[in-house]
Amino acid sequence: MTIEPLFTVPGAPAGASVTIVFEGTPLRVPAGITVAAALLVGGVREFRSSVVGGVPRAPYCMMGVCFECLVEIDGVPARQSCLIPVHEGMVVARQLGAAHLDVFSPGEEP
Amino acid sequence: MSSQTMTVVGGGLVGAAIAYGALRAGMRVRVLDQGDTAFRASRGNFGLVWVSSKGGKMPRYASWSRDALKLWPNLQKELVDLTDVDAGLEQPGGFWLGFNDADVRARADLLERIDREVGGIPFKMMDPSELRQYLPGIGPAVVGGSFCPLDGHANPLMLLRGLHAALRHRGADVITGVDIAEIRHDPASGSFEAVSQDRQSWKSDRIVLAAGLGNAGLAAQVGLHAPIASTRGQVLITERLKPFLDYPTNKCRQTREGSVQIGSTSEDVGLDDGTTTDKIEILARRAVETFPALARARLVRAWGALRPLTPDGYPIYQESASCPGAFLATSHSGVTLAAAHCYVVGPWMAGLSQVPAGFEVFTGDRFLDADASFSHDH
Repeated sequence: MTIEPLFTVPGAPAGASVTIVFEGTPLRVPAGITVAAALLVGGVREFRSSVVGGVPRAPYCMMGVCFECLVEIDGVPARQSCLIPVHEGMVVARQLGAAHLDVFSPGEEP
Repeated sequence: MSSQTMTVVGGGLVGAAIAYGALRAGMRVRVLDQGDTAFRASRGNFGLVWVSSKGGKMPRYASWSRDALKLWPNLQKELVDLTDVDAGLEQPGGFWLGFNDADVRARADLLERIDREVGGIPFKMMDPSELRQYLPGIGPAVVGGSFCPLDGHANPLMLLRGLHAALRHRGADVITGVDIAEIRHDPASGSFEAVSQDRQSWKSDRIVLAAGLGNAGLAAQVGLHAPIASTRGQVLITERLKPFLDYPTNKCRQTREGSVQIGSTSEDVGLDDGTTTDKIEILARRAVETFPALARARLVRAWGALRPLTPDGYPIYQESASCPGAFLATSHSGVTLAAAHCYVVGPWMAGLSQVPAGFEVFTGDRFLDADASFSHDH
């Protein structure tokens, strides 16, 4: 019986890495992996808070089905971090509760 | 409790509300429900609790809807107290939003005429700047709108669940998974027998046909006329969003849970309750034109459901002349009218109160006039 973790990050070629920012903290992560994988490698354990109960949640299926891994990416709320590859300079934040829909377009006054 | 028994054929919103109303008035009630093979219009209901603009060609329908809205808070409270099921009623008033001046003018004329003919259905026309005080997110495509302070919304699925919980709580005999094919009347005893496809049968002193689309085939067996056809409505729903829409509108509403429901089409496609890409696109585009921020919301589901509609779109409520004790009820507004079906129609069909005033306009006989032509708003 294996006791090795089933989730491992494949070794990236030397130099192939990008910097993303999670909740204001820069993380140096391998290029080409998903946001969810990058955050897990970076030690993040709380990705979002649930809509109904407000309790912490983290990725479960890692394949686009469970919607537990939602985060805000580059200002767009409720994105599935397990399906989106990282890119240099990506800004990621926890998804706290339901997505907020700003009813005013950028530049539009109330 | 009455010694008489009543069978209600159909456990959707209409049948369940009538059955519960009869039960709480003292009747012994049995509900025969088709189960999950049924088309279940109740599950496609948009959830509006709405009177504004209804009954333009039938004033009694406008007053019936108006009175139903006044009874709703009592039903909401009764279901919560009895079953802990919250049907989610909110009545903050509701908005109709128009995309062109001709529609807005026609709307103003229609609402003015209904309020004049019927009374007690107030409304206010608003220009976009006034609308934005209530609905800050509306887009430039909206050129005007109307507000009716009586309107609101509820959760159709929770209402259906609450009614069924209340039926069981008060001891109704709810039998599911039976497809009623035949209604027999014994003139000597005056009793009825409902017979299922698999030849089970149930006897009762009274029978109420509330089988939605199924009423069309059952009505004639007890001397009633119910020409009911299906109209498909497709509906979309978004992911849960933080509250941004304080009022229900005719184009979309934000549920208490946060999702935004976007509706709805009106299509004559027989018994096909599927969805189509072209209609989903039209609904989504119309919603985004109404509230541009919805372009950034994700849709999670689309579905279709079949409304049971009469040729003029108005309900049928009627007792059979040839088979006294047999009644028929059909309406596509099972949420709006739920409390009236419960508190007014249920006791009447149970024989515990008189026929409501002015109900002769709701008989199916109006469709027997060979010279008449009909149209409906759906």
